[in-house]
Amino acid sequence: MGMQRISVNVNGADVEARVEPRLLLSDFIRHDAGLTGTHVGCEHGVCGACTVEVDGAPARSCLMFAVQVEGAVIRTVEGLTASAGPEGWSVLQQSLHEHHGLQCGFCTPGILMSLQPLLTAEEDPDETQIREALAGNLCRCTGYENIVNAVMAALAQVRSSRAA
Amino acid sequence: MKPASFDYLRVHSVEEALTALHDGPEDSKIIAGGQSLVPLLNFRLAEPALLIDINDLHELSFVRRVGGALRIGALTRHSTLEKSAVVRDGWPLLQEAVRFVAHPQIRSRGTIGGSVAHADSAAELPVALAALDAEFVTRSVSGSRRIPWRDFFLGPMTTALEPGELLVEVRVPLLRKSHGHAFVEHTRRNGDFALAGAGVVLDLNSDRRCSRISVALLGAAPTPVRATDAEDCLLGAVITEERAARAAKMAAEAGSPSGDLHGSVAYHRSLLEVVVRRAILAANLRVQEP
Repeated sequence: MGMQRISVNVNGADVEARVEPRLLLSDFIRHDAGLTGTHVGCEHGVCGACTVEVDGAPARSCLMFAVQVEGAVIRTVEGLTASAGPEGWSVLQQSLHEHHGLQCGFCTPGILMSLQPLLTAEEDPDETQIREALAGNLCRCTGYENIVNAVMAALAQVRSSRAA
Repeated sequence: MKPASFDYLRVHSVEEALTALHDGPEDSKIIAGGQSLVPLLNFRLAEPALLIDINDLHELSFVRRVGGALRIGALTRHSTLEKSAVVRDGWPLLQEAVRFVAHPQIRSRGTIGGSVAHADSAAELPVALAALDAEFVTRSVSGSRRIPWRDFFLGPMTTALEPGELLVEVRVPLLRKSHGHAFVEHTRRNGDFALAGAGVVLDLNSDRRCSRISVALLGAAPTPVRATDAEDCLLGAVITEERAARAAKMAAEAGSPSGDLHGSVAYHRSLLEVVVRRAILAANLRVQEP
């Protein structure tokens, strides 16, 4: 069996491509869709750098094949700016910036895509839940403390805007 | 770090999957969540000729109570089990165990059928299902089988599934409403594979003597095993700290853990003793007034 034709919605735009079945979703996003914000680290599901949203749930794009997302809705880190603030960043992106939640930035797209659902969920997560959500993303720079601080601050902002 | 080439077939019914398994090349492989399989493909530790994708088989995605027992479709995601009210109310051990499986981004895709069929010796769900005396339902073009967990797990990543067979359902017997449960494990980091773990389910009589108990071990053997010596030690007894410690010691001594780069055999054995003791005591405390 050779190439297969797929059509997938990425950040609101339909992307069509002919792909080999063995093409990883992460490589499809970077090379076919041309969205290089999704980073590729370990390619076996450990580091979390390639995390994207597949039909609304965070998933490792290195553990899926592009042929599997035919008809699915994907959101990558580039899709976060749709809800952009004044700097063109989402609340969480702005907060990571302000709280020194990144240094080299390699892990940051995966971290954003893992933590974003916490900000849109109905319930208000506590620090333990934030750390649980963050546990599947490796960061070798920050020591995580500032990332947790950034999420707490972002949550506080979301809460106050909900109350307003 | 890229998989070898394979053919890919997305099936839309169980029958179509079974026919594909039957007619396809010998080294065909089912892909569900892919959270264990794709790493193996990426490392080229597995190079199947054909991947049969069952993610569209919504008929295999369910959690329901039938005649008091629990039935879980093989394609049910870990994250669905985690949130299921049916599981929480009737079989909370399963919920406690599934939360130890990797990370939320993995649990959103990973399936119970995948955990069972992959049969990693460090996987939590097979151990929890051993504590719960689960059985597995398979289908093939020639019929259906029900396989008790004891006959299913044959070795590390080796099960009783025959070529052409598809795991379709997990069945767990009814538990007493008042039962106590606990799943305890030790990992080096949150979400890692456990070095040792224990799943315990028990019932107490009105005089708080143990009337039924199962103690299943992770890391004591290449497959899930029950600590029968420990179970016998607790059966009929009031579970005190001393009694739990004695049973845990028996479980650890009867187990045959293997050493690895994280620790020696002795270290793994002492971890086993600790997690078993903690699980027994926690389960005992959780029994509602008998």
